[in-house]
Amino acid sequence: MNNDKNLYCIAATFNTPDEIINAAKKVSGAGYTHFDVNTPYPVHGMDDAMKLKPSKLGFVTLVMGLAGASIALLFMYWNISVDYPLVIGGKPYFALPAFIPITFELTVLLATVSTVAAMIMLFFQLPDNKHPLHDTQYMKSVSNDKYGITIEAIDDKFNETEVENFLKKLNPLNIEYIYFPPVETYPIFQPKFLLLLAGIALVVSGGTYFSLNKLMFMTPFTFMMDQDKLIPQKGSELFADGFGMRKPVAGTVARGFIPYPYKGQVNPTEVLSNPFLPTKENISLGKEKYDIYCSPCHGYFADGDSRLNGQFPNPPTLHSQRARDFSDGMLYHIMTNGQNVMPSYESQITRDERWAIVNYIRVLQRAKNASDADLTEMNKEAGNNVAN
Amino acid sequence: MNIDYSQEAPLIAGRLKLAQIEELIAKPMDTRPDRKYYIALSISVTALLIGAVSLGLTFYYGIGLWGNNQPVGWAFEIVNFVFWVGIGHAGTLISAILFLLRQKWRTGIARFAEAMTIFAVMCAGIFPAIHTGRPWLDGYLLPYPNQHGLWVNFTSPLLWDVFAVTTYFTVSLVFWYVGLIPDFGSLRDRTTSKIKKTIYSIFSLGWRHSNRHWSHYEKAYMLLAGFATPLVLSVHTIVSFDFAVSIIPGWHTTIFPPYFVAGAIFSGFAMVVTVLIFVRKIFDLQNIITIDHLEKMNKVILLTGMMVGYAYSMEFFIAWYSGVQAESFLFLTRAFGPYAWAYWIMISCNVLIPQLFWFRKIRRSVPLMLIIVIFVNVGMWFERFVITVTSLNRDFLPSSWAYFIPTLYDFGLLIGSFGLFFTLVILFTKSLPVVSISEVKAVADGAQPAHHGGAHHE
Repeated sequence: MNNDKNLYCIAATFNTPDEIINAAKKVSGAGYTHFDVNTPYPVHGMDDAMKLKPSKLGFVTLVMGLAGASIALLFMYWNISVDYPLVIGGKPYFALPAFIPITFELTVLLATVSTVAAMIMLFFQLPDNKHPLHDTQYMKSVSNDKYGITIEAIDDKFNETEVENFLKKLNPLNIEYIYFPPVETYPIFQPKFLLLLAGIALVVSGGTYFSLNKLMFMTPFTFMMDQDKLIPQKGSELFADGFGMRKPVAGTVARGFIPYPYKGQVNPTEVLSNPFLPTKENISLGKEKYDIYCSPCHGYFADGDSRLNGQFPNPPTLHSQRARDFSDGMLYHIMTNGQNVMPSYESQITRDERWAIVNYIRVLQRAKNASDADLTEMNKEAGNNVAN
Repeated sequence: MNIDYSQEAPLIAGRLKLAQIEELIAKPMDTRPDRKYYIALSISVTALLIGAVSLGLTFYYGIGLWGNNQPVGWAFEIVNFVFWVGIGHAGTLISAILFLLRQKWRTGIARFAEAMTIFAVMCAGIFPAIHTGRPWLDGYLLPYPNQHGLWVNFTSPLLWDVFAVTTYFTVSLVFWYVGLIPDFGSLRDRTTSKIKKTIYSIFSLGWRHSNRHWSHYEKAYMLLAGFATPLVLSVHTIVSFDFAVSIIPGWHTTIFPPYFVAGAIFSGFAMVVTVLIFVRKIFDLQNIITIDHLEKMNKVILLTGMMVGYAYSMEFFIAWYSGVQAESFLFLTRAFGPYAWAYWIMISCNVLIPQLFWFRKIRRSVPLMLIIVIFVNVGMWFERFVITVTSLNRDFLPSSWAYFIPTLYDFGLLIGSFGLFFTLVILFTKSLPVVSISEVKAVADGAQPAHHGGAHHE
């Protein structure tokens, strides 16, 4: 016997299923726990003979099946009811009957795949092609038509001669000593292997880059984009001027746009009157638009302290007597028509917003040039009884 | 499991020994293919290439090459999809439902039927994928967080289909592979070729036929069968929802789910019988896939054939009984309108011809059953054609009624799908055990202890 080798187990093979059932009963009855039976197919009654507990695999299936169902339902609920709510076919956002098919499919998918994965990796501890039983005469015979039993050396009761005698009494075909194979090591950082890894990385990244950034922009994948229709910014051979984009017919008015009849006039104020009351909403709209369009030059408080100081000629303050004496219509007209260096804001600010800005400018002017009478009035409004 | 399965005749004829069983099943993998094999392969690859050319042209020019247009927007490609998904159902039925029903005769044919399931679902999957028009964008079918901030429509039957078919394919593949692991172990231990041994070792995962493993394995097989059974029923149910959830007369019927499932089993069994007749002959497996097996499958074909026959007549009854004008008009159009020829091909192939299986002699005669099952295959393809095309060709607007005429590319893709299926089947027969070695050994004479159930039990 090779005492320099590390013994894994002693194995015995038998010819019939009855003998192996008997052997399994005897071995488990003798108190061995680290033993195994190898048969080419499951033999009925072997679980009892080996005193195996029922498989706990079903729990994995149960848990993962429930997980699959709840993941599917929650995911669909979150997608179609929360993240991007869509009404489809008049169904409610959470259309449970319509979610059933996918919930069922995901339950089955997760349950089966994880059952098999757990069975192979947790319960079997496979893949394991380095197991000592592999490539033995014993394995070859139980793989085909024999029935074998092994008692492992790590068993507490294991004693070489005792186990051999015990197995011999069962009248086996033959008895085999199985040793651990010599440990083989494979250096990972071989130049060849590293080269292979680098090659794979290159091919994968190059292939991905090519297919996503180049291939998808080649014919026929671009047929949807390259159509013979006119799109904005595209030239045309049909029209004499070569432009794909056409100008509107003369006199076309954009939707919601009313032409301003006082363009270029100096003071059309007698016909322009403010249609909006200075309500809170209107003034806050005016403030918003003033801060966007007017404040870069006129300053947040209309002092003429431009943030663009020096880059443009400084605009006048709106707190001058002249500006305060302007009628609402005049302020509106200046915004619409422009004045001196100031351009027209007609195309950027709508009519209603311009009137709101006028109201807001009035607020600024009043605030900056307040009198004592204003304070009394303010206290009255606020309900304060402050003695002056 | 101490259950008395049956008192029937032995499942394996000729009293083969375990080693002989393995020898017989592993023979195609141990020997070089002969001339007949190459002839068969070249025919199927030719068909596959025809399909590949049609597919390439479809990719390049788009689906305008096909014959479908208004009002027949769904035609050959949807017909082929439903046809192939249906073929797949027999495999899961045999491997899962018959397993749960303790029908031990399934062992001889289960592996092959499962393989056919996988190949058929692969053929089926091509069609909806190319029907989207720009198949390279099919990734949008999956709900993943994308830059558009959009999700898929979870309430659409077409999306249910995506989930049903991919789940079905994955679960079938897993089920098939779990069954193959012990066989890879046996093949690994019998082969003398080093390359084969490496391949088998990798796929066997180092399986040791350990009974501590078998105990979990049998449990897992039971669990998988338990899940595959409702799954297989759900898949064709969901495929039928593609039609039934719409409001087209002829499609909008509640009978569709059971009717489709029965039809799927019917066509699947017919396809399994068709292919098995050749396989058992060519690979000398008459003792493992016996005439009894074929007879039992013919009985299933007879039963499911009558079920679809019942569904055909019930559709007519409901069309009249519901009093919906559009519905009754459509069904009269089906039977006596422009596609009457297709309708009567369907009725004769699916309902009338299988009635011959009432005779025991015909059920057990290989040439006759081959003719009948081929008729069934043809009939079931026409069933899907009738459902899809005749419901669309006369829509609510008489001015747009049109007669659908398929183009060469439609036929090319149909031929190509058969080419793909048979190429995969032919390659499978030479590279993997077409019958489960371990399962057949387990039901052989004397394979189980005398005092414990099994074939000997009285």
